[in-house]
Amino acid sequence: MSAPSTALRVGRDPHHVGHGADTGGPEFTGHGGGGPAPKRIVVGYGFWIFILSDVVMFSAFFATYAVLLNARAGGPGPRELFDLHLTAIETACLLLSSFTCGLASMAVGARSLLWTEAALLVTGLLGATFIGIEISEFARLTARGAGPTHSAFLSAFFTLVGCHGVHVSCGILWLGTMMAQFAAKGFRENIRHRYLCFSLFWHALDIIWIGIFSGVYVIGVVTG
Amino acid sequence: MHLLGKLTWQAIPFDQPLPLISAAAVIVVALAVLVWVLLKGHVPYLWREWITSVDHKRIGVMYCILAAVMLLRGFIDAIMMRVQQALALHGAGFLRPSHFDQVFSAHGTIMIFFVAMPFVIGLMNLVVPLQLGVRDVAFPTLNSVSFWLTAAGALLVNLSLVVGEFARTGWLPYPPLSELQYSPGVGVDYYCWALQISGIGTLMTGINFVTTILKLRAPGMHYTRMPMFCWTALASNLLIVAAFPILTATLAMLLLDRYVGFHFFTDTAGGNSMMFMNLIWAWGHPEVYILVLPAFGIYSEVVPTFSSKPLFGYRSMIYATMAICLISFMVWLHHFFTMGAGADVNGFFGIMSMIIAVPTGVKIFNWLFTMYGGTVRFTSPLLWSIGFIVSFAIGGMTGVLLAVPPADFQLHNSLFLVAHFHNVIITGVLFAAFAGSTYWFPKAFGFVLDERLGKWAFWLWLIGFWVAWAPGYALGLEGMTRRLQHYDRADWQPMLLVAAAGVLILLVAILVQIAQLVVSIRSREKRRDVTGDPWDGRNLEWATASPPPPFNFAVLPNVTDQEPYWDMKQRAREAGQLQTSEPHYEPIAMPRNSPTGFVCAFFSVITGFSLIWHIWWLVIVGLAGAYATFVVFAWRDHDEALIPAEEVARLDRTNRAARSAAVQRQAVT
Repeated sequence: MSAPSTALRVGRDPHHVGHGADTGGPEFTGHGGGGPAPKRIVVGYGFWIFILSDVVMFSAFFATYAVLLNARAGGPGPRELFDLHLTAIETACLLLSSFTCGLASMAVGARSLLWTEAALLVTGLLGATFIGIEISEFARLTARGAGPTHSAFLSAFFTLVGCHGVHVSCGILWLGTMMAQFAAKGFRENIRHRYLCFSLFWHALDIIWIGIFSGVYVIGVVTG
Repeated sequence: MHLLGKLTWQAIPFDQPLPLISAAAVIVVALAVLVWVLLKGHVPYLWREWITSVDHKRIGVMYCILAAVMLLRGFIDAIMMRVQQALALHGAGFLRPSHFDQVFSAHGTIMIFFVAMPFVIGLMNLVVPLQLGVRDVAFPTLNSVSFWLTAAGALLVNLSLVVGEFARTGWLPYPPLSELQYSPGVGVDYYCWALQISGIGTLMTGINFVTTILKLRAPGMHYTRMPMFCWTALASNLLIVAAFPILTATLAMLLLDRYVGFHFFTDTAGGNSMMFMNLIWAWGHPEVYILVLPAFGIYSEVVPTFSSKPLFGYRSMIYATMAICLISFMVWLHHFFTMGAGADVNGFFGIMSMIIAVPTGVKIFNWLFTMYGGTVRFTSPLLWSIGFIVSFAIGGMTGVLLAVPPADFQLHNSLFLVAHFHNVIITGVLFAAFAGSTYWFPKAFGFVLDERLGKWAFWLWLIGFWVAWAPGYALGLEGMTRRLQHYDRADWQPMLLVAAAGVLILLVAILVQIAQLVVSIRSREKRRDVTGDPWDGRNLEWATASPPPPFNFAVLPNVTDQEPYWDMKQRAREAGQLQTSEPHYEPIAMPRNSPTGFVCAFFSVITGFSLIWHIWWLVIVGLAGAYATFVVFAWRDHDEALIPAEEVARLDRTNRAARSAAVQRQAVT
């Protein structure tokens, strides 16, 4: 241990990282020696980690679905059950809602309360439409005797898709809370951080849905 | 539809004196503590300084207290099991099968989830931000929520002692036994909901610490300057983030099977119970490393400090840690070689299980070489570390034995296996928790623990452990399976009597530890750590006062090397005075206290309890309450409070004066 006897110069750049090693302006990302990252980056980063953990949970449900796909106990399979037209409308709703969620982000950037609330409202309505279609699909399947208790395949299907649906529902609840917060608190920094997390969450649900749409519905109908 | 769901007076075990008396004792003690707190007027203090605190140090201490209390509960279960097996040759012993099954299930669940986990998470909470040289974790309020959710899970598990029953399925509820058909009671539901609630807390801890370690470090602290404990904490929390969601999903599937008749693991209508084994161990094996990696980190702090030498092979230690982190996801199938996956699959997982022993071996040699040639001080934290190195090496080797599939076919489900994992968890994780809590105790409370009693505790634990579990290896080789309520082989009894004697030695060890705590607290004025650095430490946690001020560091330290504090100190000693001039003090913004965690946990207990007993209206009340709590939290306008510059200056000047005096005493002349 040969310590170079550099004096401790707080506020200078002893490591030649190039931008002064004080407690960190916005240019620091926290990779090396720049000191603690600013709050916006910390909040967004933490939420990304949460999304990754959520993806891990979904992958457990995906894996289960894959294992149980053919465990139908003599009951119906994907080809008999899935309605791709309906699912296509669901997909369109959700993708469109991601677009309007993006518009809301731009409105937040422009500090326009009216457009923020309007874009969020449309996002929420599209999400609610998605949930409505999903509930009607679940009700239709259950009514024709293909409910989740019928076979392991159906248990796995309802759980995987339903878990996504629960996420979207929680997202709508969060969205409503966000709208109220924008109205009551304006574009305060911590509210904007929260909105950043919400939009990450909403887009991530889209990505999961694309996995479900292609992995469960399309492949299911094609391969039976 | 009953207003209280399935809950009736029959849930209280009036006909079973043993749980009833112990429950009554627990309630009396809890009430007595409560009354004492109320009468002494400690409630405002507890509420302000602890319950609503979002300070990582306070939360860490509360985690450790939870772990210590739960250790007592889990240890009582251990005594009951050892006594039962010592007595139950040809007979019934004193525990009915239904009770014995609950005891071993509760023992495992409590020891893993509510002792080992809170202990390592508590020490991470206490130490990691200090070692990183920062003021708190990334999300302080979330941290408080994590703790209280863990406590809520622990409360639910203990509630099952009084109201209803606990699972009789073992610490992992294997289906089909855990399905409604074979476990119609509420035991498995208690297990599942307690773990779902505490699991959310653990997941949030994982997210919090990954973010903290990757995004909040003192200026100059590159990855290759991070203390080893921070590295292992990073690995452990990455594993939490990657593994705990699998547990959540798996338990959710089991709950769906039980509550609404799904067919994931039922082995009927296409359900497949082996899928549960795969999923639960895809979480369960990383969980082992979630526990033991921070333990390795603690030893990596203790050994260099008391050898007065830097850690040998720092970089190889990082590689070994991250290798274990990765490989831990590729060994899960060794928990059920007998499933019948075939020779190729078993061969692969057998080899992976042996490979993961290699980085662990690297670590063992690194600790040995750290001590080699050092000026070794045999304090109790170092004794725990040496005891660990010797015992863990044996536990690791029996693990490699079990990794050989043909050997495992003989040994699986036997006491050999049980001895193996007690060997690695007790002498690996628990010894680390004791080493770490002795080592960092002065940092948390400002005075050192009694060393004489600490050494007694160590020797009693070491000897007690081996007397209790060496017979387990032998009995396992003799063919004794685990979880036997009674048995007919007379030649097993002598060794089971020895094991029971071992558990009595451990009882004495725990009593000595309690005595150590009492004696140390009573004589704390004599044991004050005035300098903040009682062990001649090497990392940044020793650069601040003991206990540290709320903001940890008046000015964030500037890190120039792998052992920043040691370098700072050496330069000061050479010069005979502190090498930093008094900094310019500024007011520091710290997060304000918040009852969010406590209130949230309150509602989650209500939700969990009502789910267990099918009290549906109360479930809705609980969930709505939890949501409302978050909205109230989100609505607050001031989440930070400013500590004035004069206060910062006052606290820091005291610390600087103490250090300056110490440096002058130790000056290299």
